Amino acid sequence: MISLILRTATRFLLTLLLLYSVFLLLRGHHEPGGGFVAGLVAAGAFALYAIAYDVKAARRALRADPRALIALGLLVAAGSGAASFLGRKPFLSGQWIAFTLPGPTRFDLGTPLLFDVGVYLTVVGVTLLIILSLTEE
Amino acid sequence: MGITVAVLAGFALSLGAPWIHRVARGSTGWLLAVLPLGLTAYFAGWIGPISAGETATASFPWVPSLGIHFSFYLDGLGLLFALLITGIGALVLVYSGGYLAGHDQLGRFYAFLLMFMGSMLGLVLADNLITLFVFWELTSLSSYLLIGFDHEREASRTAALQALLVTGVGGLALLAGLLLMGQVGGSLELSHLLRQGAVIREHGLYLPILLLVLGGALTKSAQFPFHFWLPNAMEAPTPVSAYLHSATMVKAGIYLLARLSPLLAGTDAWLYSVATAGAVTMLLGAFLAYQSSDLKRMLAHSTVGALGMLTLLLGIGGPPAVSAAMVFLFGHALYKGGLFLVAGAIDHATGVREAERLGGLGASMPITATAAVLAALSMAGLPPLLGFIGKEMVYEAIWGARHAPLLLTGATLVTSILFVAVAGVAGVRPFIRSARDRQRPHEPPISLWIGPVLLSVSGLIVGLVPGTAGEPLISPAVAAVLGGPETARLALWHGMNPTLALSVMALAGGVGIYLARARLAPAASRVVAGVSRWGSERWYSASLDAVNGLARAQTRWLQSGYLRYYLLMIVATMLGSVGYTLASLGGARAPSGWSDLYLYELVVAALILLAAGVAVRSRSRLGAVAALGVVGYGQALIYILFGAPDLAMTQFLVETLMVILFVLVFYHLPRFAPLSGGRARAHDALIALATGGLMATLVLIATAVQLHPAISDYFAEQSLAQAHGRNVVNVILVDFRALDTLGEITVLAVAGIGVYALLKLRSPSGRNK
Repeated sequence: MISLILRTATRFLLTLLLLYSVFLLLRGHHEPGGGFVAGLVAAGAFALYAIAYDVKAARRALRADPRALIALGLLVAAGSGAASFLGRKPFLSGQWIAFTLPGPTRFDLGTPLLFDVGVYLTVVGVTLLIILSLTEE
Repeated sequence: MGITVAVLAGFALSLGAPWIHRVARGSTGWLLAVLPLGLTAYFAGWIGPISAGETATASFPWVPSLGIHFSFYLDGLGLLFALLITGIGALVLVYSGGYLAGHDQLGRFYAFLLMFMGSMLGLVLADNLITLFVFWELTSLSSYLLIGFDHEREASRTAALQALLVTGVGGLALLAGLLLMGQVGGSLELSHLLRQGAVIREHGLYLPILLLVLGGALTKSAQFPFHFWLPNAMEAPTPVSAYLHSATMVKAGIYLLARLSPLLAGTDAWLYSVATAGAVTMLLGAFLAYQSSDLKRMLAHSTVGALGMLTLLLGIGGPPAVSAAMVFLFGHALYKGGLFLVAGAIDHATGVREAERLGGLGASMPITATAAVLAALSMAGLPPLLGFIGKEMVYEAIWGARHAPLLLTGATLVTSILFVAVAGVAGVRPFIRSARDRQRPHEPPISLWIGPVLLSVSGLIVGLVPGTAGEPLISPAVAAVLGGPETARLALWHGMNPTLALSVMALAGGVGIYLARARLAPAASRVVAGVSRWGSERWYSASLDAVNGLARAQTRWLQSGYLRYYLLMIVATMLGSVGYTLASLGGARAPSGWSDLYLYELVVAALILLAAGVAVRSRSRLGAVAALGVVGYGQALIYILFGAPDLAMTQFLVETLMVILFVLVFYHLPRFAPLSGGRARAHDALIALATGGLMATLVLIATAVQLHPAISDYFAEQSLAQAHGRNVVNVILVDFRALDTLGEITVLAVAGIGVYALLKLRSPSGRNK
């Protein structure tokens, strides 16, 4: 069943949902959100795309193989933990760099964010791996 | 510091070896051999300081709180082994380039070989017992990869697995023994423990420690009754056999016995267990070698015999026996490594390994022949080779043993006679007897003969000038094993004494049975075939079959293949074990009151209950799924009411994804049908209600118990201060408990790959399932 309305809406929704997932990922450290939820949102966006079009199109839109995303996610998460070795700290100790922006704002960037990116990628990869391969059956 | 670099260099080069091979092609072996050669030079530079009585250590903290350090210790014993490992390693790398020339996985082979070399160096130089154990296991692992290198042949895989299992089980025993030793001795550092010998020997745990350590050492060195894996490991390419299975790895057990001699030796238990195992293995190995027809198996069995002799000498203990052991170990590594390489060169040139079919190679392979004859003469114990000196010292030591010297001397004499015959068959006859199959091989390339020639010539040089070339190396090793300043004197001429008479007798007897081998060997083979029906290899395969049978039986019992039974099994197991624990801890107390309950909470709860009831009773799939969705969203609502937005958000998304998934697969699902009858449904309902009740009880208990101080307060306090985050849930996930999260996403990934494998990798014929 092809629905023109769903297809047109999905093309905008995919972008919006992906932006929202990045927003969730980035705000997670201070407000509700985080890599896991953001990953689910992103996976949901592509699943919606698969419903509106088909799995092939969803795979094309995703560009990367979900399996590669899983591997990349685990690598990023583990790698963010290994960064603490540079500071001679135990595995997964958070390492932070503080930036001072103009005005009274301070901006902290740390490896936990990178770790969350790893979680995000893994969740997207696993969820889409399961959903897309189930759908292709 | 230098020692650590020396150990790790092999691993580093191992990682790069395949790429180097891609560029260097035919000359990779020569190129890679530069590292072990450099290491040989490095360790040779230590001969002076070590023989002057120095030792060296290097230590890096690893888990300091448990006394585990990444530490190394260089003394005479470690130095002797390190020189053998790096020196022979260099020759074997060069040899591999010629032997496996053109093999498309040669780069990988170099990587395994270098990894093995690094592991072996780490093992003999380790100071900390845990470091030692890690390298010990690494030698087992790399040897597994090397034996099974030709992994498309089943025989290789079986042999590799057998070697891994036998040495692996021994390794576990060793770990237990080492830990006990560390407990008793108060340290895991060998350099400290070596001074604690008396404490350990008089402790009540001495016997368990001894037996566990022997479990590791005897399996690794293929001592009876674990001797069977070594000849089977001959499935490996010949360079591996020469390096691992004659010169280095199988001597790891000997190294361990020697290393721990100052701690464990000198008691009756040590004498009886170690010396008996050694004596039996020595005779058995020599006999099996004599009746073998395959050159490599023959050499492997004789290696088992030689290892037995070393074990026997270490079991007897004392200066003469330990000196003899060190000299014989050195000599054996030189001549047996050489003979293995020669056997490989013959195989390479003629394609034949059957002793009976080989002949007439002397004229066409003169250089290989010279090296082989020199090595064989050393093995037979003829002057002026190192083997002769070693054999003389062995006789002398065993002749002077405190217990049963006559019996042991007799056993050693028989072994020597057999060794003489084996040396003749393996190292001399293929070259001197008249041609059999009209093979017209030519001299192999230099990479194939340089190794045997250098090894044999070393044996000759050390034999000719033992005082200069042998003593600086052997004496510190002997001193290290005996734990005191001791010097070994090596001499070619010991005078007219009983040991010389024994040497002459061994030679005469050996030549005799060498000449009579055509008649004696078949008879001996028949005896072996008869006895091996009850041999220990049978026990090995029987126990392996038993383990596999158990696994199959419990798989048949547990794995029905139906998802509903798996769920039932998991839930019932949890119910039983948690319920039992709860009951045995005194049960639960009812919560103190329900006062702070609001109406809207009750409404949500009632909604969830209602939806759950609908889901169970529904007659259509769509209805059941919708009802389950209501349950899920209701739960999310509860999370919101209790101030957990993160949880609620996740729950909402998971529910949504479930719906999407359901929509996607809806058309492909089979007809919705109740699969269970009334009784089964009642049964399921009972289990479901009990599980729900149990979980509710657990939650009530968990909220009632106040661990003080509560960890949640700590997290809430430290979240912004230490982790720069205001969302405590997220900070816990990505920082405080990040290791747990890492584990969870790994599990998630594994589960995803599992689903993918189930969907994609099943065979087309299985589609009707």
